[in-house]
Amino acid sequence: MTTTLYIPCDYAALSLGADDVVAAIRAEADKRGADIKIIRNGTRGMLWLEPLVEVDVDGVRHGYGPVSASDVAGLFDADFLTAGSHALSIGVTEEHDWLVNQERLTFARVGVIDPLDLKAYDKLGGWDGLYRAAKMSPAEIVSEVTESGLRGRGGAGFPAGIKWKTVSELPGDQKYICCNADEGDSGTFADRMLMEGDPFCLLEGMAIAGLATGATEGYIYIRSEYPHSIETVGKAIAAMEEAGFLGDNVAGSGKAFRIFIRRGAGAYICGEESSMLESMEGKRGTVRSKPPIPAVKGLFGKPTVVNNVLSLATVPVILAKGAEFYKSFGMGRSHGTLPFQIAGNVKRGGLVEKAFGVSIRDLIEGFGGGTATGRPFKAAQIGGPLGAYVNEGQLDLPMDYETLAADGAMVGHGGIVVFDDTADMAGMARFAFEFCAIESCGKCTPCRIGAVRGKEAVDKIMNGVDVAANIALVEDLCEVMTDGSLCAMGGLTPMPVRSALRHFPEDFDRAPAAAAAE
Amino acid sequence: MMNEERASASEIEGAVETVCGRHGNTPSELIEILHDLQDMLGYVPESALPVLAKKLNLSRAEVHGVVSFYHDFRHNPAGRVTVKICSAEACQSMGALPLIEEFCRRNGVTMGETKGDGSLTVEPVYCLGNCALSPAAEVNGRPMARVDAAKLDAAVKEALV
Repeated sequence: MTTTLYIPCDYAALSLGADDVVAAIRAEADKRGADIKIIRNGTRGMLWLEPLVEVDVDGVRHGYGPVSASDVAGLFDADFLTAGSHALSIGVTEEHDWLVNQERLTFARVGVIDPLDLKAYDKLGGWDGLYRAAKMSPAEIVSEVTESGLRGRGGAGFPAGIKWKTVSELPGDQKYICCNADEGDSGTFADRMLMEGDPFCLLEGMAIAGLATGATEGYIYIRSEYPHSIETVGKAIAAMEEAGFLGDNVAGSGKAFRIFIRRGAGAYICGEESSMLESMEGKRGTVRSKPPIPAVKGLFGKPTVVNNVLSLATVPVILAKGAEFYKSFGMGRSHGTLPFQIAGNVKRGGLVEKAFGVSIRDLIEGFGGGTATGRPFKAAQIGGPLGAYVNEGQLDLPMDYETLAADGAMVGHGGIVVFDDTADMAGMARFAFEFCAIESCGKCTPCRIGAVRGKEAVDKIMNGVDVAANIALVEDLCEVMTDGSLCAMGGLTPMPVRSALRHFPEDFDRAPAAAAAE
Repeated sequence: MMNEERASASEIEGAVETVCGRHGNTPSELIEILHDLQDMLGYVPESALPVLAKKLNLSRAEVHGVVSFYHDFRHNPAGRVTVKICSAEACQSMGALPLIEEFCRRNGVTMGETKGDGSLTVEPVYCLGNCALSPAAEVNGRPMARVDAAKLDAAVKEALV
């Protein structure tokens, strides 16, 4: 009898030698005459356990991890093909605390199936949303998405249904769905995990958006740093075209929808929607002034829905299970779930999809297990490089758009980067300015010049030069950048800077220059 | 890829012709075209710009503007081994900055540049999407997690063979 094994092909697993493990298991199985079949799945998101090898025994998957090629002979000796016990055994994968305590809606299939297996996708609820949408009117689809309370997962949290409604109701011979997969924020990898682990889910969401708005073409802008995602999504598009889920007659709806990939080229600013559109048109990724908003004049000047990967990939489950189901998760005006990414200096890093309302502490200490170094926690940056640094005292805040905003922080794309007590928060504030100076598109002065001056001022603070005056200057620059920048790059760079100043003032209290210079 | 070597004028012209043709000489696909060109030649030579401009019916300034805007496009050939070590926040939380500094010093190379003997290029990168396994790096495109000096040296050595 053939035993089925699952070994991820996700980038994170590959970076820990998953391919070597596959080769070693194949060789060892040959040697021992074991009849095995290896399925390359996405990752479950328990990244500290990668490469995670799962063995299917009577339909139940037993996990072993982290496995290296040198562990393979020992696993065979321990009869892991029949779920034998071994030091690396984690038991039944789906009974693992890390997974049991999640609410996986968007990531339901990620790590479970071969990302390019249409049948496996279908078996686990795939296409249910698209088939339902194919029988609904555009207005009905839009209202389902609006009712669900889904907000843009890219960071801004704008209600997805409103964007869709605007595009849907505009006249136009050509409309577009543009998926923002320029996941440049440090500490985030959910888009990548989804594109590599369940690309059909994203593409299904885009097709539904097409039916809802009358758009016949979709574009996915994937950052060039994600070659594996580009390859997997490309193959998924081809498979869906062949199966009739994309093309002239999407899922029997009688409507056409096609999807194309555009590669980014290493510019962080292209994650901002209007510069992304410029880049997709083959131009420099400079920010556009608004209005007009992209929903009215977007790609090539046509009405365009711009949504993040996670927003679009959440649409299928909303259509499949209904707005009420999705809305029953979450708190306040933050409905549904968010795939949180626990990263940086943390023991158990990975992806945790939870309903809004989970506390920062639960994520960092409960799921994450505290710092990787074992040193005391100092700070966490939430929501990417433009998000705030929070301190120990803020850890009990619930993850909710409004609660964090009221505290000068933001949920963003759900990334959490943990720092231990060796972190220098003045250095992190300096880096925020430096990063903005490098990545600014240069169109507006507050961002282009403010970032450079900000970095210089923090340099002076760190060298103990006129500390009080330079802190005042930084505050002043932050105000100008917040109020005067065209987009969130310049507008939010002050968030990490100000939060570092506010929560970690001792790190800015540097010794006078003379002493430091001697 | 023709690493280390500069392409001849006729090679450049031929490559531009091929990739522009592949994209139907469509100006909105300029970034895709530049990626393909760099995949073929290893870099985007300055002398390719006027040829691109002509093929795509763009001004030379427009093409220059795009090429110079994006960090991905190299103006010179890379070394035989290209190392990227992430220097964004998550990797910094696990000591990426001193690691990068040390790596560059040990190998006698400056960040963003190629070593004199053409063996090694170190390129800056902000986030490889592997933030739970920091510090993250890539050696000739091979993903690596939780890197330290020894792992990087071994990977570079292996790639040079």
